[in-house]
Amino acid sequence: MMQSTDGNVVTGSTGFRPGSDAPFIVGLSILSGTYVVIIVAMIAADLAYVDADSMLSALRSKEIQYSIGLSLLSCSLSTLLSLWVAIPLGYLTSRFDFPGKRLLDTVLDIPIVLPPLVIGISLLALFNFAPFSWTSQWVVFEIPAVILAQFMVACAFAARAMRISFDQIPTRYEKVALTLGCNRSKAFWLVVMPQAKRGILAAGTLAWARSLGEFGPILVFAGSTRMRTEVLPTSVYLEMQAGNLKGMLAISLIMIFAAAAVLVTSRLMGMKRLEP
Amino acid sequence: MISVEKLHVRQGEFSLSDISFKLAEGAYGILVGRSGCGKTTLLEAVCGLRSITSGKILLGTKDVTTLKPGERDVGYVPQDGALFPHLSVARQLAFALVLRKAKPKQIEERVEELAERLGVSHLLDRMPDALSGGERQRVALGRALSIRPRYLCLDEPLSALDDETHDEIYELLVQTVKGTGVTVLHITHNKREVENLADVVFRMSGNELSCE
Repeated sequence: MMQSTDGNVVTGSTGFRPGSDAPFIVGLSILSGTYVVIIVAMIAADLAYVDADSMLSALRSKEIQYSIGLSLLSCSLSTLLSLWVAIPLGYLTSRFDFPGKRLLDTVLDIPIVLPPLVIGISLLALFNFAPFSWTSQWVVFEIPAVILAQFMVACAFAARAMRISFDQIPTRYEKVALTLGCNRSKAFWLVVMPQAKRGILAAGTLAWARSLGEFGPILVFAGSTRMRTEVLPTSVYLEMQAGNLKGMLAISLIMIFAAAAVLVTSRLMGMKRLEP
Repeated sequence: MISVEKLHVRQGEFSLSDISFKLAEGAYGILVGRSGCGKTTLLEAVCGLRSITSGKILLGTKDVTTLKPGERDVGYVPQDGALFPHLSVARQLAFALVLRKAKPKQIEERVEELAERLGVSHLLDRMPDALSGGERQRVALGRALSIRPRYLCLDEPLSALDDETHDEIYELLVQTVKGTGVTVLHITHNKREVENLADVVFRMSGNELSCE
């Protein structure tokens, strides 16, 4: 390192070495790698515990077949409902400033930060009051309760994802569309939505995965009745109560496969130029 | 004529106040000023893209202050062209015509005419991500001109281009816009554009607009 005559360090490249990048890269790799290894190890442990027989007997069980069917159906419906609400909500919060926007943002965070069980208890409380109570005999402890409980949590995550997706689309496109003769609605449908396809897919995947794993609110609001409101997490819970560790792990593996299938499908669809 | 009278615009912390100017019919007006002084805000207010606090905007004899952007007869080209990423060049040029429910034959003829005039006939099936910077600006200009607007607002349309492409699009502006009867308001930092294109130069400084 060079020094000037008055003792100050002189900038320049002669003789100066910025030091190795290796410790930084190694540190990053170790910290990231540890987490990834634990995830893979967990799944490997599940696989190691479950033999083919217990997997087959789980898949042959009528209760589990019903549970898989209801899980797929309820997750798909709650995802559609979530997107139906999350797309306008995400666009509204991304593009418009209005009084109470911060309050709205905070309210939208409630289902994300609240313990899931509390969502279930709150839904149960809500359906004691009109107009919700008018429908409670067809909703509470019935299949609609499963979908509603999943929707309440999944939608908040989907709305956040859609907000981020719309934030990433510059407003210039809408501005040009407006000058070309669009109203706000046409600009949204013709210019923004085609660019938000990948965001919608990501939000839908997130909502589906959240719905699949939802347990607390379903237990409280829909109950855990076999062959009625039993979804896969409920099956895991019921098998655990019966002390059937292998059955519990077999169902967990089914959930892992389902989640992985959705994730991979969504990634593959995302790669097919959904976003121009 | 573009006439702005005592315009006040407030956008968060930023505000423009008491801005007035007149640009004669068919003239090429250039708006200059430091970055962040409000040139784009003013241009967008003329286009109807910014809600204004008070003041009046007239295009010709028509008071457009409360009109929607699409009702103002203004073409707009932002800095990078902002071509819609999901539409081919042909569909970009046809976009405004389709909105106006023009007949397919009319749309086809207009798209061909524009493409020929702007030198993009060979690019009609291309998507924006397969275009060069200059080609994008040609298409963006064509899209803005597709409805034959009487007014054209250009927000630094040449700033992101390399020197060679800059000259090419600059020539195109001279040929296709200047002196064609379209009244143009053009933001730029480029002295050559000011010297060669401007009939009138408006300089924004602080909250004041002076005419040179």
